[in-house]
Amino acid sequence: MDNSSYNIPYPSIDQVGVAERAARLMSRSIKKEAKIFALKLALNMVDLTTLAGDDTPGKVRQLCYKAAHLHDALPGLPHVAAVCVYPNFVRIAKEAVKGTDIQVASVATAFPSGHSSRQVKIDDVKYAVDEGADEVDMVISRGRFLQGHYDFVQEEIAAVKEACGHAHLKVILETGELVTLDNIRLASDLAMDAGADFIKTSTGKIQPASTPSFTLVMLEAIRDYYYRTGRMVGMKPAGGIRTAKQAIQYLVLVRETLGEPWLSNKYFRFGASSLANDILMQLVKQETGVYQSLDYFSND
Amino acid sequence: MPAISGKMEFDTAWSYAPAPENADHIVLKKRYELFITGKFVKPQSGKYFETLNPATGKPLAKVAEGSEADIDKAVKAARKAYTNHWSKLPAKERGKYIFRLARMIQERAREFAVIESLDGGKAIRESKGVDIPLAAAHFFYYAGWADKLNYAFPNTNPSSLGVAGQIIPWNFPLLMAAWKLAPALATGNTVVLKPAETTPLTAMKLAELIQDCDFPPGVVNIVTGAGATGAALVNHPDVDKIAFTGSTEVGKLIRRATAGTQKKITLELGGKAANIIFEDAPLDQAVEGIINGIYFNQGHVCCAGSRLLVQESVKEVIIRKLKDRMETLIVGDPLDKNTDIGAINSQQQLATIEAYLKLGQAEGAEMFQSSCPVPQNGGYWVRPTLFLNASQSHRIVQEEIFGPVLAVQSFRTVDEAVKKANNTHYGLSAGVWTDKGSKIFQMTQKMRAGVIWANTYNKFDPTAPFGGYKESGFGREGGLHGLMPYLKM
Repeated sequence: MDNSSYNIPYPSIDQVGVAERAARLMSRSIKKEAKIFALKLALNMVDLTTLAGDDTPGKVRQLCYKAAHLHDALPGLPHVAAVCVYPNFVRIAKEAVKGTDIQVASVATAFPSGHSSRQVKIDDVKYAVDEGADEVDMVISRGRFLQGHYDFVQEEIAAVKEACGHAHLKVILETGELVTLDNIRLASDLAMDAGADFIKTSTGKIQPASTPSFTLVMLEAIRDYYYRTGRMVGMKPAGGIRTAKQAIQYLVLVRETLGEPWLSNKYFRFGASSLANDILMQLVKQETGVYQSLDYFSND
Repeated sequence: MPAISGKMEFDTAWSYAPAPENADHIVLKKRYELFITGKFVKPQSGKYFETLNPATGKPLAKVAEGSEADIDKAVKAARKAYTNHWSKLPAKERGKYIFRLARMIQERAREFAVIESLDGGKAIRESKGVDIPLAAAHFFYYAGWADKLNYAFPNTNPSSLGVAGQIIPWNFPLLMAAWKLAPALATGNTVVLKPAETTPLTAMKLAELIQDCDFPPGVVNIVTGAGATGAALVNHPDVDKIAFTGSTEVGKLIRRATAGTQKKITLELGGKAANIIFEDAPLDQAVEGIINGIYFNQGHVCCAGSRLLVQESVKEVIIRKLKDRMETLIVGDPLDKNTDIGAINSQQQLATIEAYLKLGQAEGAEMFQSSCPVPQNGGYWVRPTLFLNASQSHRIVQEEIFGPVLAVQSFRTVDEAVKKANNTHYGLSAGVWTDKGSKIFQMTQKMRAGVIWANTYNKFDPTAPFGGYKESGFGREGGLHGLMPYLKM
């Protein structure tokens, strides 16, 4: 682990340039077989998510069934990559996906605000992992980050990583609260150096969540980290990605920034709840030539 | 920056399906005549030449070859229109015609974009996103000045010159026509325009719009042809002003030919711009700026950032990023919406570029080309290319290649960057990339280039003057300054 302190954001990020580059990539025209390929790929990268205060075991079981049976009427579909739940639903989810290779991810570390003691956060992570979580989605302490306490934030991530044991760690930066692209770049670097397996934009509770500019900056940080260390870190944009078209645009960002090795759910995920159905709608349309009403797709 | 280890892999099973822009609505004539006195007339010689689609090498249409006699006819038409009509018209009426033309270009933007890509080889992404909208914007901008010249230049009583002869290049055919026509017409001059021989089609389409706009006959005349046609225009005794955009070589000929005459001239010629990257630059955005600087329009850009000067502390990482970025460039069918780099404009230009690729290697620079696929179909293609370890005395660093070829050098200090950047006989443009505002001003004060972009490249706007130092020419186009070459004050 690199113990340098992070007082100078490096390299700097030019917001106008990032927006132009993202816009250019998003204008790629993806049609026909390339579109179907991308839609199936995107479907296989979804972390199907429920993170509501009124979640129940029944709701989580339904979500897990949907994860494995996206739309049985259309054969040959992949399933999603993972389901993402609160720690107290991990055991239920784990049982529900038994027999598939769908991962169970759990948010932890006083999600979504991250306001608690280090010990409580570690215990939260350990509880999720003990319940059987394959992946842990932690939040960083944005308050401390914005105060300039970068070493504190990095140490916290490293401690959580240690508590994760064999579970994969996704580090949520909460881009909407970091505000500037320089901050997002710095937080990405810091999380990767602290051992993050994935970096993730948002909790989904704060707007703006994931934007193409935020995602591009994080992908470029991942590329620089890979140049530097040879270790591949994954990326998970979350929040605000609702349509198949958006998903394809994000995949273009990945394809042309990081290339082939990242075009797999091992290294790229979408944190989303309504995205899957929109992709399904598009895929059915490609098959039948007509758009069906959302009533033809289960809303679990 | 620390050492670089990981290797990127951009070959993927997910290839983009072809996404061609629809060209079914395009109607091209088999033969294009000269546009004189508001009518399409046959050339007196009866000669025609072919204009090709450089992406296939196949002919698109035949175009009239204007001779000295045709130029004479066109100049006489322009003179008559000037004396009898255009110079007597109230300025605000002049403005209305130009506004109308601008609106009609906007309305038919898609048609113009497709023809521009067919005839010139440029990617539809660029003709649709840059060339055509900017051409319309130039007409809008100068239309607004037509009745405000007294406010633009107070107490000078500005008046028009008479007949302007304008010769334009093949790299931005319609846009260059707009740069030339808009200020000339707005200031009350009449025009004889000579488009480039490889890309005459959008100018002829523009002639159709000029007819539709009901411009008084003879205010705009368009005579197609090659070098001899242009020479006849330059040498015609009744032309008051010559505006030329093209090579420095031809610019020198024009200057000699017009010496000792009453003709006013402006020349917008070649360039060999330095794109300077400092260690404190936003590096990923700078890489994008390098790509836009040199590979925009296949590098057929007089202000292209064809010399990369990168500070030694970030040289390794910039080159690594640049090479990886080059692997993702898409070279191919200009009409495909995903194409980044289209076809080289002509076989002749292809030969020039290929000669420089050989020369660069012979001079000892290390050549790197993107491994991206290029079509094998009789069209004219060049892979995006870098020359590493180039030096000031290499001809690939000194001479304008006008293709997708970038010479890379490094520097240590600000002074060295300035010295290298200015050590050229050109002086059209430059780029500076740094996060420090003070450094940008420090650099721009010392550099001898007409346009300097900071943390961006190849940005154009009709309100901004454009033009060169030294062998890049003189006179400015665009902005308030762009009116002056067409006025007596």
